[in-house]
Amino acid sequence: MSLRARLETRLLPAILVAAIVIILPLFFPSAYYYRIGALVFIFALAVVGLNLLMGFAGQVSLGHAGFVGIGAYSAAIGPVHFGAPSWLCLLAGAILSGAVAFAVGRPILRLKGHYLAVATLGFGLLVAIVLTNEASWTGGPDGMSVPALTLFGWRVHGSDAWYWVSGATFVGGFLLAFNLMESPTGRALQAIHDSEIAARVLGIDVARAKLTIFIISAVYASVAGSYLALFNGLVTPDEAGFLRSIELVAMVVLGGMGSIFGSLVGAAVLVVLPQVLTVFHEYEQALLGLIVMVFMIFLRQGIVPSVTVALAGWRK
Amino acid sequence: MRTMQHITATAAIGLCALLGAGLQASAQIKIGSVLSVTGPASFLGDPEKKTLEIYVDEINAKGGVNGQKLQLIVYDDAGNANNARTFATRLVEEDKIDVMVGGSTTGSTLAMIPVFEDAKIPFISLAGAIQIIEPVHKWVFKTPHTDKMACEKIFADLKNRKLTTIAMISGTDAFGKSMRDQCVAVAPKAGITIATEETYGPRDSDMTPQLTNIRNKAGVLAVVNPGFGQGPAIVTRNYQQLGIKLPLYQSHGVASKQFIELAGPAAEGVRLPAAALLIADKLPSKDPQKPVVVNYTRTYQQKSGQAVSTFGGHAYDGLMILVQAMQRAKSADKAKVRDEIEKTKGYIGTGGIVNMSATDHMGLDLSAFHMLEIKGGDWTLVPGT
Amino acid sequence: MAELLQFVFSGLTVGAIYALVALGFTLIYNASDIINFAQGEFVMLGGMTTVFMALAGVPLPLAALIAIIVTTCIGLALHRFAIEPARGASPVALIMITIGASVFLRGVAQIVFDKRFHSLPPLFGADSIQFGGAAILPQSLVVLAGATVIVILLWLFVERTLLGKAVIATAANRLAARLIGIDTRRIVDFSFAVSAAIGAIAGILVTPITLTSYDVGTLLALKGFAAAMLGGIGSPLGAVIGGILIGMIEALSAGYLSSSYKDAVAFLIILVVLVAMPQGLFGRVKVERV
Repeated sequence: MSLRARLETRLLPAILVAAIVIILPLFFPSAYYYRIGALVFIFALAVVGLNLLMGFAGQVSLGHAGFVGIGAYSAAIGPVHFGAPSWLCLLAGAILSGAVAFAVGRPILRLKGHYLAVATLGFGLLVAIVLTNEASWTGGPDGMSVPALTLFGWRVHGSDAWYWVSGATFVGGFLLAFNLMESPTGRALQAIHDSEIAARVLGIDVARAKLTIFIISAVYASVAGSYLALFNGLVTPDEAGFLRSIELVAMVVLGGMGSIFGSLVGAAVLVVLPQVLTVFHEYEQALLGLIVMVFMIFLRQGIVPSVTVALAGWRK
Repeated sequence: MRTMQHITATAAIGLCALLGAGLQASAQIKIGSVLSVTGPASFLGDPEKKTLEIYVDEINAKGGVNGQKLQLIVYDDAGNANNARTFATRLVEEDKIDVMVGGSTTGSTLAMIPVFEDAKIPFISLAGAIQIIEPVHKWVFKTPHTDKMACEKIFADLKNRKLTTIAMISGTDAFGKSMRDQCVAVAPKAGITIATEETYGPRDSDMTPQLTNIRNKAGVLAVVNPGFGQGPAIVTRNYQQLGIKLPLYQSHGVASKQFIELAGPAAEGVRLPAAALLIADKLPSKDPQKPVVVNYTRTYQQKSGQAVSTFGGHAYDGLMILVQAMQRAKSADKAKVRDEIEKTKGYIGTGGIVNMSATDHMGLDLSAFHMLEIKGGDWTLVPGT
Repeated sequence: MAELLQFVFSGLTVGAIYALVALGFTLIYNASDIINFAQGEFVMLGGMTTVFMALAGVPLPLAALIAIIVTTCIGLALHRFAIEPARGASPVALIMITIGASVFLRGVAQIVFDKRFHSLPPLFGADSIQFGGAAILPQSLVVLAGATVIVILLWLFVERTLLGKAVIATAANRLAARLIGIDTRRIVDFSFAVSAAIGAIAGILVTPITLTSYDVGTLLALKGFAAAMLGGIGSPLGAVIGGILIGMIEALSAGYLSSSYKDAVAFLIILVVLVAMPQGLFGRVKVERV
């Protein structure tokens, strides 16, 4: 592939995302919007990882919030119990998540479809239960407070600071994911998604590819979790809970499985929508459920792929 | 094709960004609130929201505060601390509230404290744990009794009845865990020995294994159950099912008459510490709290169609303390209101008589709790408590 | 010894509840390969509708019947208005629709009903049966009996009736089923309706033990789903065995190990079983044609 074409495929989307990150604050009337933006990027980071697993490798995970929880609590337990600096704990959390993904992934990735879903569900629940019960380490169900992140002497505090940190990290994660998908591993994954048996016939080490992507998606989730904990200054076991896992899956599916851009859209929709729906008070939940259903019925490939197809068709 | 995808996504995100706009207006006093109206803590948040809405309407009907009407802005955090934090930021930055009463759970309160401390907005919390006011945060107060007080009250009664060796069975939710921790901390000083402990999930349907273990433990003279919601009702039923005859103590998280309905005949003889609100009609007529609690009970039951709950009572107290502070300060200026809240003396509420100070941001003492016993399907006051 | 018996009784009580919920997953899965996460809400609707009808003065048996009919209609509506239009979507998209439906139903329930806890009177009184030093509620036996009856009925249905065979045919190969004249849409309609009815009946039977509120559905669906997968999705017997097994593990862990970790032990064992037997205990081995 020519240099120009390679740049176009790999860099252009990242540049576009970076542009969004930079231009968006021009429309922000207050710090509240910075917070929403930061939350969108943090969740989008986790969702990109999950999308790699679900959309590209075709493996369902209903327990991904477990890795978010591991990352979040690493950023809490490290500084509070060990006195380690926050950025180091973030790294340690990511490595821990990767290790756990390796240990757990090897046996359970042999499972297929709904069975894999239940296994990942069990994993997520186990993490949440441990985090809730081991109160001497984790502060129990009320959680524990998290000291702020200091980077090179700069104390990262406030919604606007975190907007830039999470935005920049998301662009990085986005670029990485794109590169991954264009690489041999990425292509192998897509082959596995299309037909596992055919991929195996072609000589692809299916188990290893699946495990690799599982570990990568766990690391993404862990970093997102650490950011969430550091941003909020507080972490609770809810961040590893079942509802959080379902939320992440919903973001993947809503945005478009297999579309990395869709990860950002899905995260944006599910973070912004509850804020918008508050005007409906007690109808908020019912409307949220209805909107999710309507989206999935009419845009069943997810928002980005469906709209893209529609626009492309309309252009003709 | 790819470019199309990118443009689509950009447009979608732009749309989302635009959708978040908020509206402003009016010279009303803005009272913000973040409550767990749905989710695992809706048992707390739902009566709190109803109470705030009922009484803000009543106050406005009588002309408002200092000649200004009140505007109540309530958000539902669904029991999630992250959401609570987001809504707190929204209340401060977008809705530009003057004062804040809310935070149904300790988790959501702790998540919101930094936001209100930074914004210098007086915040009256509706959550139970002692760490909300110890150490004292300048801008944070609370109305519910601490779980430490509940433990002290129960232990005092146990000591009285010479039941000094007990077992505890607590819910693993935040309320149950927090109270259990406080009870363990307070027990030695109160002369109580905790012989064994069990836990249950807040949504479990059968606690007979845990209760069987407690029954089999030698030397246990009474059982205490820190928890809230449906758990205590099921524990009480299971207790009777297993034929355990030891005295059973519930916590203040049981909070309403519905517990007696759900636990049925098994509730006979159960004791718990509660605010005067639960026995409004049985208070002696010269009890200073009587008019307040009778009034609140009548109004709440009439307007909401449901039985009173002490959690709703805490919201009432929080609102009234705020309103009275604003009246004394003759303005809605945040710093002045905060100072007046701290000077609250002799406020008679549903939870007790409140006397705050610079070192005590709650203002209740043990006399705010009464020990109740369930007899004949109704609450009765244990004499002398 | 008496305490082991008590733990077993507790396990049976809780396990029967999970079994009854798990059964609801099997029929829909058998007819259409969909995991219906709104199944928990069917259970909730059964219990809550009965409670509120009874509170409004309707005699209990009639209230229960109305609740079952209402829930069945909702199940049918779920298929017709949410699943049918999305036919052809990926399995994950369909699961997401059922999740959206469950959020929607919960949201509507909190408006139509309320957010408090409610109970129903047990069928045979609240006094527990004493046996061998342990106590079990008559209602627990009712739930077990209910699960058994439903399993037998489902088995009879699938093995002995033409309609049952049609359901299996639809699940095996939808196109082929239509080619031989089976109205597959009606079949899936039927499976949703019956699963909703099973869910409602489950709700009515378990409410005297578990109490009910607008959000009981979530945790029950979770455990029911896990039970159904443990037993092998698609097998009614597997669903019941899976449910009772999970209940037993929870009760025995609470009794002998640690009550805080009983759920964790149960899920750990599920993980171990699935790794050893990837089709669940009684699941049909899926043959993948290349």
